[in-house]
Amino acid sequence: MNRTFTLPAFILPAVFARLGPKLPQLPPTLALVAALNAALGRLLPREPLEPLLGKRVTIKVLDAGMTLRFAYGERGFRPSFDTAPADLAMSARARDFLALLLREEDPDTLFFSRRLLMEGDTALGLQVKNTLDGIDLPRLDPATLKSHLAPTALLERFVARLAQRAVPHH
Amino acid sequence: MTTPASIELVCPAGGLPALKAAVDHGADCVYAGFRDETNARNFNGLNFDDKALAEGVKYAHARKAKVLIALNTFPQASNWSRWTAAVDRAAGHGVDAVILADMGLMDYAAKKHPNLRLHLSVQGSATNYEAINFYRERFGIQRAVLPRVLSLAQVEQVIKNTPVEIEIFGFGGLCVMVEGRCALSAYATGTSPNCQGACSPAKSVRWEQTPQGMETRLNGILIDKFADGERAGYPTLCKGRFEVDDETYYAIEEPTSLNTIEMLPELLRIGVRAIKIEGRQRSPAYVAQVTQVWREAIDACKRDATHFAPKAAWMAELNKVSEGQSHTLGAYYRPWK
Repeated sequence: MNRTFTLPAFILPAVFARLGPKLPQLPPTLALVAALNAALGRLLPREPLEPLLGKRVTIKVLDAGMTLRFAYGERGFRPSFDTAPADLAMSARARDFLALLLREEDPDTLFFSRRLLMEGDTALGLQVKNTLDGIDLPRLDPATLKSHLAPTALLERFVARLAQRAVPHH
Repeated sequence: MTTPASIELVCPAGGLPALKAAVDHGADCVYAGFRDETNARNFNGLNFDDKALAEGVKYAHARKAKVLIALNTFPQASNWSRWTAAVDRAAGHGVDAVILADMGLMDYAAKKHPNLRLHLSVQGSATNYEAINFYRERFGIQRAVLPRVLSLAQVEQVIKNTPVEIEIFGFGGLCVMVEGRCALSAYATGTSPNCQGACSPAKSVRWEQTPQGMETRLNGILIDKFADGERAGYPTLCKGRFEVDDETYYAIEEPTSLNTIEMLPELLRIGVRAIKIEGRQRSPAYVAQVTQVWREAIDACKRDATHFAPKAAWMAELNKVSEGQSHTLGAYYRPWK
């Protein structure tokens, strides 16, 4: 296997799905929108997102009980307060959304196993999916990633930092 | 027992990252298409523009992999020049072959680009060696991709009677296999897979979660309803469940995937020259996962065909990405002929 790091299978504890809908959805929506806007023009080119202009998107993170509504316009992403069905709605668990972001899972694979649902304008969804798939992201060298993220490497760095602090500087 | 010098692994790419994933994980060839109806995966946002293809060809060639361009739909009188222009574009990019289905286009390519290697697409639907040999005599094709309707014995019979290299489908989604001639999607949506390159175009597909389950509609027609947890398939008419004589079932075919990995020793023995992985519509993750498994399997089989057995981990990985509930050997394993 070339990949050294893969996302483990996990489902958020049921309490999240139970409490999530009762919590305000604006803070997580703002966080998502801020992250998307930060990526816009850099990791996320504007041109392929053009079909999304003026469209409302809903992301349902099932195991977190979160329903994040946002819209995309000329000035980027912004929260949407419109509760009518969005132009495009995607539902999945937190783990699977992350796996899609990391390009570890294929959306069709998730769809076949019923872990991803796309409702609304399918053509819009496919356009965005295929366009994002077509972006040639700079790749992380698996060896580098491993050396940085492996538990032993993390522990070593942590211990080294502790040691550094413990040693009095004169 | 004679083992052919090589059996190529031919992997799909719907975009540059998928092409790179295929090459990185051991594909000998990657097949791709342009962003229009000149190929049979004409889906929103998929495929290559000139810039991406130029980079893809450079990337593949630097790593000794080949790039094949599928121009496997059928032009019509009103749009003929779009297909010939696509042949010219592919040739201009220095691709290793074009995969064609239409005879007129094949004639054009053979005359205009005599050094361009021609493969006969599965969409050409040539199932016997006489047809394949005709394509060779007339247009000089060097490879034919066989439709998925032949049994292994029939594939062997074809190979014995033609100098044309034979490529077969090894893994991926199956359809009703009237390749190049299927009218089901056109009947429901008005868009022809054979001429416009899209079976169940996304604009005609709607999914909706209802209290009764997830409904799939094609141009408003309910074609399937999935209970919670029930594995789903592509939104095509051929894989829909319909009511026939008071019974609702897969009246045309079940959504299953082809997986011939266990037949690899036989495929090598009879002289299959290339194995094709279906799925240009899939993401780079699928391409990486499937290519890696097949690379390992082909290498293991080449080392020792006698003791070859599919590893459980390979089958699990392939089943995970497959459409439907099960995989099948398709027509290859069939006692009747």
